[in-house]
Amino acid sequence: MVLLKMKFNQQRRVRLAQGLWLLSWLAVMCGAFIFCLGVYLKTELLRRNEVMENTEIHVVPNILMLVGLASIGTNWVATRVCQDSLDASRFPRWKVLLLAWFVVAALLCCLLLAVVVLSYVLQGRLEESLKVGLRNGIRFYKDTDVPGRCFQKETIDRLQMEFRCCGNNNFKDWFEVQWVSGRFLDYTAQEVKDRIRSNVDGRYLLDGVPFSCCNPASPRPCLQYHLTDNRAHFNYDYLSEDLNLYSRGCRQALTDYYMGLMNSTGPGVLSVILIQISVILSLRYLQTAVEGAMALENPEGDSEGYILEKGVKETFEEVKVKVLTMIKLAQVDPEGVPDEAEAEKAADTAAEKAASPTPAS
Amino acid sequence: MSVGKVTFTKVEREKLAEVLWLLNWISVVTGAILLGMGLFLKMEIQKWQEVMSEQGVLYVPHMLITTGLAACGINFLGGKICLDCADTNKFLRWKLVMMPYVICTFFFTACILAGALMCYNIRSELEESLFLGLRYSMLYYKDTDTPGRCYLKRMLDLLQIHFQCCGNTGYKDWFQIQWISYRYLDLRSMAVVDRLRNNVEGKFLMDSVPFSCCSPLSPRPCIQQQLNRPLAHFNFDQQSQHLNLWRKGCRQALLDHYTIIMQSISLIVLLIWLFELLVLTGVRYLQTAMENVIRVGDPESESEGWILENSLAETARSNFNIIKNLGKCYQVDNDPNINVPAMIAEQEIHSEQVQVQRTS
Repeated sequence: MVLLKMKFNQQRRVRLAQGLWLLSWLAVMCGAFIFCLGVYLKTELLRRNEVMENTEIHVVPNILMLVGLASIGTNWVATRVCQDSLDASRFPRWKVLLLAWFVVAALLCCLLLAVVVLSYVLQGRLEESLKVGLRNGIRFYKDTDVPGRCFQKETIDRLQMEFRCCGNNNFKDWFEVQWVSGRFLDYTAQEVKDRIRSNVDGRYLLDGVPFSCCNPASPRPCLQYHLTDNRAHFNYDYLSEDLNLYSRGCRQALTDYYMGLMNSTGPGVLSVILIQISVILSLRYLQTAVEGAMALENPEGDSEGYILEKGVKETFEEVKVKVLTMIKLAQVDPEGVPDEAEAEKAADTAAEKAASPTPAS
Repeated sequence: MSVGKVTFTKVEREKLAEVLWLLNWISVVTGAILLGMGLFLKMEIQKWQEVMSEQGVLYVPHMLITTGLAACGINFLGGKICLDCADTNKFLRWKLVMMPYVICTFFFTACILAGALMCYNIRSELEESLFLGLRYSMLYYKDTDTPGRCYLKRMLDLLQIHFQCCGNTGYKDWFQIQWISYRYLDLRSMAVVDRLRNNVEGKFLMDSVPFSCCSPLSPRPCIQQQLNRPLAHFNFDQQSQHLNLWRKGCRQALLDHYTIIMQSISLIVLLIWLFELLVLTGVRYLQTAMENVIRVGDPESESEGWILENSLAETARSNFNIIKNLGKCYQVDNDPNINVPAMIAEQEIHSEQVQVQRTS
């Protein structure tokens, strides 16, 4: 019982080969597109590397780049096969390679699907990584004289200005951290001494934020200090003032940005998967049709093309048996060839014994 | 004595026509590039047009856009003409159009050169426009409740953040204007009233700057207030002061930004101009060669092509005469309804009498 049989005459075979050649070149360009997509995503992730604690999310662009390169090579091979398919002398050399090709192409499709799934699944891990990274960035904001942390102030300032966000969850994260370095605090001033004394750890905490949290859309000049004190500023109400600073947290802003990037690439990746599947199916039809034609007495005559020679279950059983035999051979091999010959002889005699009683009975 | 005379065989003429067809199509692409550059420049100027006092600078991108469109059209026509010119019969169709086409293309090429030079020379006009525009924007920075000016604060903040600049010439420009609105000043407070009284015009001036002047590169949190008194801040030395705010003025920053764009555009336009000149020369040679072939009568023979039939001086003189005579064509008419001055009428009668005497 053949799966999805189709009849092909010579003209249809030629058309199929030509169409598949074009489709394969299109698939090569799609492979290049996937590679470029991977490179772009990787650069975007690397740009904000300093506020991410781990690089787990990098598996998505890495797979995209790998699949892109492999897809370019695989589909280029498909174009060569198409070119040789109508030439009876050159086609047989591709016979062995084609099985491997189908396996590789199917693997690429599975990897692309995995990428789409991963980009949703890894969102939680990305948020965790950003949470820890941003927390460290805010904590080390003041350490502009410590090697290894001196860049944190600039990174966090630029991040807050570019993504229009403030703090980890919101601007109140700045109230819990000392972000003004001791180098710029006059410890002899009464105000400074009071503040440090009123805090358990002896840190200089204040209800103020850095300038990078300021929202340019606010109608009034930015208020950065004494934010919880309504009397410190004229015509100011802490609870109802919402335009003064950015209200979004940077973790949310960055997660939204990266999820947006990956979601917008989703349709592109899905259409590349569809194109790759159609290349696989068309090449299978071409292979079976051309092989069928070559087996005929008249190579120009009609032949049949199919996806699987036997049904899905039977093919699966066959493949299982083959794989098991290969495993058994691999296990038997170390004991030497004579054992293998004995095993074969035993199998033959068993077959003869099975065959001989029947005519007698 | 022709200028640039070259002899063409039939094969050479056909080859020239093919090459020119290809070059004309490349010119259509360069025309599209010109159009694209004009649109890009227009978008860049319109992005920050609120800090420019007048929109006069927009004539440069408009010129580029029209020249780009014209280039596409003219070179498309040129491609069609050159394709037909390979064959003598088809050339006859275009014979009358060719001369006007060549003249049009010559003037159009001059327009491209003018466009390139305009891009190059725009700097001083732009500087003036930016100086005035930035001054007005800073003056109206505080008017976020006045319709027509309410967006200026946001735009100026974003400008200073994006271009890493502060004020018109430097950060001290902010000391001379009131950038905090009265809505946010406690007019009952003694400090505020003192400051208002100190100033001649009753403006609230401070030695402080908006937050958008702050530089993220500074190792210490940004100091925006009391900038004229560094001792008011702990450990505020020269180095810290230098890194604290952006040092560049926004006028200089914007000028640099636009100068780079315009200079690269003008370089590309000059290259396109040279290319168009080359195409024009080729088309002129093809036109004269084909006309000479028709004059000789034998399509297979060699013919000469040139840029100008006579030398430059003679061509100029003959063209000048043509233009002069364009105005004179009605004065030799014998229409009795036209009022002819008496002297010329006498001369005509005298010449008629002489002719009558000769014939009789």
